[in-house]
Amino acid sequence: MIEVPLRTTRLLPHTLLGRIGLVVLAAAITVLPWLVPSYYAELVTSAMIAAMLALSMQLLVGATGLVSLGHGAFYGLAAYVVYLISPENVALPIWITLPVAMLVAGAAACVVGLFSLRTTGFFFLMVTLAFGQMIFFVFHDTKLGGGTDGAYLTKPLISAFGATLDLPRKQKYLGTYYVALVQLVAMYLGLAMLLQTLFGRALEGIRVNEHRMRAIGFDTFKIKLIAFTLAGALAGAAGHMWALHRGFVNPEIVGWHQSAEALLMILLGGLGSLHGPILGALALTGLGEVAQLLTERKLLVEGLVILAVVILLPRGLAGLGSRNTSNGAGDRHG
Amino acid sequence: MGDPAATTPANALVLCTEGLSKSFGGLQATRDVSLSLHRNELHAVIGPNGAGKSTLVNLLAGEFTPSAGRILLEGRDITSLNVWQRTRAGVARSFQRTNIFLPLTVHENVRLAAQARTGTLASLLSRAANSRTLFEITDLAIERVGLTQSRLRPSGELSHGEQRQLEIAMTLATDPKVLLLDEPLAGMGQEEGERISALLKSLARDHAVLLIEHDMDFVFKVADVMTVLVEGAVLASGTPQSVRESAAVQAAYLGGHA
Repeated sequence: MIEVPLRTTRLLPHTLLGRIGLVVLAAAITVLPWLVPSYYAELVTSAMIAAMLALSMQLLVGATGLVSLGHGAFYGLAAYVVYLISPENVALPIWITLPVAMLVAGAAACVVGLFSLRTTGFFFLMVTLAFGQMIFFVFHDTKLGGGTDGAYLTKPLISAFGATLDLPRKQKYLGTYYVALVQLVAMYLGLAMLLQTLFGRALEGIRVNEHRMRAIGFDTFKIKLIAFTLAGALAGAAGHMWALHRGFVNPEIVGWHQSAEALLMILLGGLGSLHGPILGALALTGLGEVAQLLTERKLLVEGLVILAVVILLPRGLAGLGSRNTSNGAGDRHG
Repeated sequence: MGDPAATTPANALVLCTEGLSKSFGGLQATRDVSLSLHRNELHAVIGPNGAGKSTLVNLLAGEFTPSAGRILLEGRDITSLNVWQRTRAGVARSFQRTNIFLPLTVHENVRLAAQARTGTLASLLSRAANSRTLFEITDLAIERVGLTQSRLRPSGELSHGEQRQLEIAMTLATDPKVLLLDEPLAGMGQEEGERISALLKSLARDHAVLLIEHDMDFVFKVADVMTVLVEGAVLASGTPQSVRESAAVQAAYLGGHA
């Protein structure tokens, strides 16, 4: 038997330089709040939360080839869960709110997946959109979560092991900042490990040729359902963090444009890599900020820039570092 | 899984159908087909275009649900099993149009097929790389179809004939009892055809093989048993010799061939 060098999954950085780049990025985010005004640190917190949502969606889009428009609904649902389980004036510890938010979001995704994953392509897009909007209207049209106005959460928001994070008021934002960073890094590493398993290979097989996967004996429905549920739970972690960061919930965070925005981040950062969505989220947040400074037509500028990136960089921002595909594949046989 | 050769005779009945029928709306594509596949036997199904050959393969592979009739694998009724369940039960197919994972190498394609049978959640979460038996199964299947030289090449770079061989290797890696080969020679040159012919004969030694093929000369050369389908129904079945001599077959199909 000849040993066969196993290629790492195409979604992870193939070069040492790529891996170092990601570590440098994480280190830069770690020291950033000590170098810039709190306004920018909070902006980066928002970007990291958006990155978590986009990263969870990449498990469906980039890894499995499933484009869902209902993904944002699980994110919004989890944010509402934080509000709904928090009793007035008492802060629940994060080790209760996080698992509950993820469990509810994951369970909702499992139910939606059971129905929607029987369809493919355009129909899958429409069915997930319909389910997402159903969840949206539950919060929009009922008094459950304060109706169209939304609701405020009790502060202080982050507490653990009976003690709230007792920072001076001026440094409160640091708490959410680092909790979001830790979760983002954990989510990236967790997904990177998952994609290296046989399960990750099966997802890739489904993306390339689902029919053939069934013919060689894979229960592709079950595998897709597990991925869809897991992605929903991870979106729940992002939504949970959003609620802790902003301190309020409103129906807008459940709407379909959350999914659309996450898709844009994936497209901007690159469909073919796991870190693409993170770069895309950081870039889109930064772009929005710059566009707002320069012009009143923020969305127009954003749209034009995204269009330019998609045309000029078909592999997204993540494709900037590596020269071309065949090169990346060739190195690893040597 | 066990070694079937140890417990069953060399030419045991592996798969049979009883009164298998399939209609699409008003069109009856398969009519009351009963046939049996034995180990150590290459069973060819021939018939003019539209005779229902591909429908038959799709029924056996679980792609279509029959309108009537049963399919038995070693005595067990598998009629209600879907595609992946049948593959795991031991009925594997190759496709008429090459259906492989183009971005992956030969080895990765075959390994994916070998991995399917360890489809429990726990094994799905093990590292994709490190399973020794998996490598052995994969290498064995690749060696059997004669692609060892090309095992590290991306499958998209293979010649058409090599892709057909890869298609068969993937089918083999699922550890099948029954091989359903849908026109494995499609689009192949003379020399490649010879190689596949030898491969099919060797496969038939330890599997029950159902072969669908257009090339008559080839079929008469390799088949042990033949079934002639016309308009979805079995017109004749038997050894190539008896089929060649059957008056009904000559009238309906072979024409001046014999």
